[in-house]
Amino acid sequence: MSKVKKKVKVIKIDVEKCNGCRACELICSAFHATPKYSSNNPARSRIRLIREPLRDVYLPVYAGEYAPAECMGRDKYTIDGKEYDECGFCRASCPSRDVFKEPDSGLPLKCDMCEDDPPQEKPLCVQWCINDALTYEEREEEVEEEVKLEDVEIGLESMVDKYGLQKVVDTVARMSKKG
Amino acid sequence: MRYAETGYNLEIDLSRGNIERVETDQRLTELHLGGLGTNAKILWDRVPPETEPFFPDNLLIFSTGLLCGTPAIGANRTIVTTYSPQTLLMGYSMMGGFFAPELKYAGYDKVIFRGKSPDLVYLWINNDKVEIRDASHLQGKGAIQTAELIQQELKEPKAQVAAIGLAGENRVYMASIEHGRSSASRLGIGAVMGDKRLKAIAVRGTKDVNIARPAEFLDLCKEVLKYIPVRDKNPVPGVMPILAGLGSPKEMAVHDEKWHTENFSWGNARHRIKDYWNEEIEKKWTESMENVRTRFISCYNCPVKCGAIISVPGISTYMMKCFSKLTYTMAAYSDLDFGFRIAQRATEYGVDGFSTPQVMAFGLELYEAGILTDQDMAGMPSDNEGRFYWLLDKTVRREGIGDVLANGTYWAAKQIGKGAEAYAHNNIKKHEQLPLKLGMLNPIYFLMYATGEKINITQIEGNFPQAPFPTREEREEFVKDWIHVPDEKFKQYLLDWEPRGERSIPYYPTVEATCEIVDWQEKMHYIDDALGMCAGLSSFPLKPPYHIHNYPAFISSATGIDMDEAGLTQVTKRNRTLVRAVNVRRGLRRADEKPPEDHWKKRFPELEEKLLDAYYKFKGWDNQGIPTKESLHELGLDYVAEDLERRGMIKNE
Repeated sequence: MSKVKKKVKVIKIDVEKCNGCRACELICSAFHATPKYSSNNPARSRIRLIREPLRDVYLPVYAGEYAPAECMGRDKYTIDGKEYDECGFCRASCPSRDVFKEPDSGLPLKCDMCEDDPPQEKPLCVQWCINDALTYEEREEEVEEEVKLEDVEIGLESMVDKYGLQKVVDTVARMSKKG
Repeated sequence: MRYAETGYNLEIDLSRGNIERVETDQRLTELHLGGLGTNAKILWDRVPPETEPFFPDNLLIFSTGLLCGTPAIGANRTIVTTYSPQTLLMGYSMMGGFFAPELKYAGYDKVIFRGKSPDLVYLWINNDKVEIRDASHLQGKGAIQTAELIQQELKEPKAQVAAIGLAGENRVYMASIEHGRSSASRLGIGAVMGDKRLKAIAVRGTKDVNIARPAEFLDLCKEVLKYIPVRDKNPVPGVMPILAGLGSPKEMAVHDEKWHTENFSWGNARHRIKDYWNEEIEKKWTESMENVRTRFISCYNCPVKCGAIISVPGISTYMMKCFSKLTYTMAAYSDLDFGFRIAQRATEYGVDGFSTPQVMAFGLELYEAGILTDQDMAGMPSDNEGRFYWLLDKTVRREGIGDVLANGTYWAAKQIGKGAEAYAHNNIKKHEQLPLKLGMLNPIYFLMYATGEKINITQIEGNFPQAPFPTREEREEFVKDWIHVPDEKFKQYLLDWEPRGERSIPYYPTVEATCEIVDWQEKMHYIDDALGMCAGLSSFPLKPPYHIHNYPAFISSATGIDMDEAGLTQVTKRNRTLVRAVNVRRGLRRADEKPPEDHWKKRFPELEEKLLDAYYKFKGWDNQGIPTKESLHELGLDYVAEDLERRGMIKNE
């Protein structure tokens, strides 16, 4: 199998350094406005600061993948005695909550690392966080070129694991006769 | 489209429960910018001077500044304006935090309250949906606690809340409006909010704030962002630590309190303790600070960490900034640990951390002098710190002697009589001042104390050093990168200013130069207060990122309004003069413009008169401090001149 190079972009988050100013939210919304920087609205931002001063919770979270359905259950973390919100660390734009959605349309938002032409040196939120709660790293990784299984194959493999190949073959044969 | 501003105000009639969204006139933005400027205009137009602070017709205006909600770093101030129950003049107090930007994102530049609600209510602004809600269950609740309860009941943790505590509900003249780490504390505006039976305002906004020329505006913001760390790494040498950097004084980070504890007066602004500070105290106070401070925090869109979260074991968490750290400690001749404990209770009650400790110390002084008796103080504990808690509780509840003290030192002294007036010694225009007592009269500070309409020295001082640098070399070094001066001559004033000899205070800077220096410093504050910019990045520190030379570009690229230095100077002068006119109509005259008698040991009555004469003239005011018809005309304020003329306050010549 051949190796390929992949660029990995990482925003490192140091919650201890966060001063809670939400400049990250503001500048994210400005950068993604059309034309660029023409409007400001943290509700459109792809980064959110979960901020509860009285409990000393300061947690910047980036918008990740859109999830069409919510999870079967919720998680709740307690770290260093501090309890974080339900699903607090989750990056999904998901039906269970109103974060990472355009306020007008409800369409999901996702962090794009400020990909731009010409490229930005760092995502805007990192540039505006001069207290270094957010820092940026890029690295290259060599990864095996993946041979992607087709969806059906993935499904069948799991059926084979569970019932054995013969049973699956018999079932498929029977089903095809019926058809 | 309107840029930087939303172009809409909310008008709330609390008596009738009426809510209206009113489009504003863009021409007023060109004339006054926003914030304090347009607040003064509204107060002048709509609240006649016969209206007393607690009349229903008095307005309570919560305003954003023109640049709030834009990427301009540090533009997050809310400017609250009304008639003050304490000074009876225009009261404007400001707070940082997150309230003003959120209000802009909800689609409003200002919320204007009139009337009085029959029952305790709060206002909930959720974009276009605005409702007056019952607050009877919040009666007596702490200001911080109220904010939390409202967020919970609205199921909106992102709502920003400004609330009063018990002090505001009881119309205590030192009542503040609290908002997280920030508060609009001075001049008793929380009492007006309480009088209107308005417990809180909660706001959540998810709309856009637009910029006229985005690329140009963003480049200006980036320069500020780049400059702040550079300035941080290069503190101004030769000045005390809290004045060397940016931001409001970094009291939450500084452990060395030698300067404050030995130069500021303890008790009722009374005694200096010249050799107070030592290693043992420093160690103890450092420990106290480190034990309770859980995080340094900032206001919206600002990297400077002026505030802190304070968690004293066993009592609920609150937030603090600046000098409240020491006011209770020093008023009570106590230590920092006590200061942090009592400030928590005071914050929940919602009182001004500046005036309140002085009022309590004043009460104790009167008791020690036998003017207040055991009967007045019945039930007061015998231990010093217990007494302060007791006085705080009584004052905020307006019980017994507390009902008198709740009116501040000036009014309380009048009410008590028996020579109590001599103990209310630290006021200007009926308002308690910094507990600072000095030797030689400083002409610049004389004019600032005397004429400042905010009646608080930190809201007028700033860009010019507080004292001369000892050597010529230091001065030359300082002026090298002093690009902030409006004119080169200010550099010369500083270069020539000596600690001793002919060119020293009180006769140098000259009367003329003093007027110019005061005017420049005040101008910067008036610009900030119109734009909603934090003074900590502009008018307060030395060599700040914002100044008279780059502000016009910020304003014009954000709003699309043509603006240059001359234009901005004219707008600022207009706003300044309008504030003066509002107060003149309320009775302010030259006789009121007096720093406390004991502020300086060495006074120069003749020079002081000369300074006032010259400054009034410089400002375009007559010798009573009333703007002249000509200067009003020049500022496009003919309607003000006509009104003052009708009232016989200026002569028709």
